[in-house]
Amino acid sequence: MGMTLTEKILAAKSGEKKVEPGQIVVSKLDGILANDITAALAIPEMKKMGYDKAFDPEKVFFVMDHFVPHPDVKAAQQSKVCRDFARHTGLKYFYDVGNMGIEHVLLPEKGHVLPGDVLIGGDSHTCTYGALGAFSTGVGSTDLAAGLAKGELWMRVPPSIKFIYEGKLPPYVSGKDLILYTIGQIGVDGALYKAMEFTGPAIDLLPMDGRFTMCNMAIEAGAKNGIIAPDQITEDYVKSRAARTYEMYQSDKDAKYENTIKFDVSKLEPQVAAPHLPSNTKGISEVAGIAIDQVILGSCTNGRISDLRVAAALLKQQKVHPYVRLIVIPGSQEVYTQALHEGLLDIFLTAGAAISTPTCGPCFGGHMGILAEGEACLSTTNRNFVGRMGHPQSEVYLAGPAVAAATAIKGKIAAPEEVQ
Amino acid sequence: MAGKAFVFSDNIDTDLMVPGKYLTLSKPEELAKVCMAGIAENFAAQISPGDVFVAGSNFGCGSSREHAPISIKAAGVNCVIAASFARIFYRNSINIGLPVLESPAAVKSIGEGDEISVDFENGQIFNHTKSQTYAFKPFPEYILEIFKAGGLVSYIKNQANLGGN
Ligand code: SF4
Repeated sequence: MGMTLTEKILAAKSGEKKVEPGQIVVSKLDGILANDITAALAIPEMKKMGYDKAFDPEKVFFVMDHFVPHPDVKAAQQSKVCRDFARHTGLKYFYDVGNMGIEHVLLPEKGHVLPGDVLIGGDSHTCTYGALGAFSTGVGSTDLAAGLAKGELWMRVPPSIKFIYEGKLPPYVSGKDLILYTIGQIGVDGALYKAMEFTGPAIDLLPMDGRFTMCNMAIEAGAKNGIIAPDQITEDYVKSRAARTYEMYQSDKDAKYENTIKFDVSKLEPQVAAPHLPSNTKGISEVAGIAIDQVILGSCTNGRISDLRVAAALLKQQKVHPYVRLIVIPGSQEVYTQALHEGLLDIFLTAGAAISTPTCGPCFGGHMGILAEGEACLSTTNRNFVGRMGHPQSEVYLAGPAVAAATAIKGKIAAPEEVQ
Repeated sequence: MAGKAFVFSDNIDTDLMVPGKYLTLSKPEELAKVCMAGIAENFAAQISPGDVFVAGSNFGCGSSREHAPISIKAAGVNCVIAASFARIFYRNSINIGLPVLESPAAVKSIGEGDEISVDFENGQIFNHTKSQTYAFKPFPEYILEIFKAGGLVSYIKNQANLGGN
């Protein structure tokens, strides 16, 4: 019996010839990620374990992205704990205001995570890097501390579910729509503890940014990781960024899957997840017309350059509706710079959008766009839980960048075709 | 020690346990005060030491914030009983020493305010109000070891003291 992509990576990194779902392995870690919130919690835990520095200062990535630039004193104190630790222990990769990005946009950009790697992160959306054919998963701060101390962590090998996407995606239907649709079909615990492997003709043609979006939201179905087999598109992305060798594993033909789920996506319309669960997914035609107060374009899900391009193409020579606040948050300094050079920022500004420095900001209800009671936001982020972006009686609708742009123009949820 | 049950629905997410705006807090005693603040701002005031949380499936879905189980433990909750847990929350709870028990049978029968106690050694949950007993899935061995050590921090510290790496 063969192995899946996920199993092959875990086997290689734990020194086993073969692993099976359910088996406990201790895996070597190629990278450890933490942000201003989770690193600040992990550092004292690591010290309590009897370690005063990370196992390898070149394999640790600290990214200050949640509460930056700091909205208040408490947030500033928290980041200071991380800064002091990074300076005193000589962490090589510390990303702060001015050179940072939202962690899951930044790490692939910098070539810190490569195909075949095992990486853990103190953030649930660490599963994003499966898009590169790596195994990556989110952990809490105590696991993070253990990883920082020892450079390895125990894991239970997850069973894999294979998703096959048949057909060619219609215009304005993106990776975000595929993953929202999938979560809508299987539910927020539809892949609990499991690996979601995305395959099929629609994935073969999906650009890197769309693949990141899909794997990013695997956690929203409860998955341990999302993963896509690396191919030429992956290679083109990592080639110029990699400073070390990497391994492009593929699932065996006779690999064992717990389940195989097939979707024909050739007629899929843009998807919107209504409040208050990412699985509460509907086609755009069902929700069009709902009034919206704020639109967020950004986050680790849809803050990459191609997301901004899609939105800018629709916003060109258009105006944001007078009752809507459109906030554009480029995912990283690199995305910001590229958007500037391509003239996208000009389009956003002329349309009447506010552009923010890269930050998680409103995505988790931190700052930079908190909602009042009774307000509704359409957002390209990944969670629409009760109170996620502000008041418990505010609402968040999740969608891709095309629907976000159309909605900002119309002042109500709208299909991209309506503003073309 | 018996405590009263607080009953929750399916898919209780970590934003309800500790909303994002409180993520600059890190001390357990501060986090205790905002436990379940996403459900009701002063929820924590109703919790007495020894009380028990009972929930449906996928308890703790959402973010990896360890603030969530820390706040529940610090608020005095004895254990969480659910039909199933979200993966990261489950691991975090074990790591910080908050008992998380899977028992769909218990979840079905326990009502709001029922008096509940737990025998962790023998895997049994007692409902004193309804005079019922439910079994819970025993912990796998590797989790039991971490649990016995009082959490992952002491587990790793003990290993280091034994001359491990
Ligand atoms: S953008 Fe949102 S989901 Fe992504 S890491 Fe930041 S807070 Fe988390």
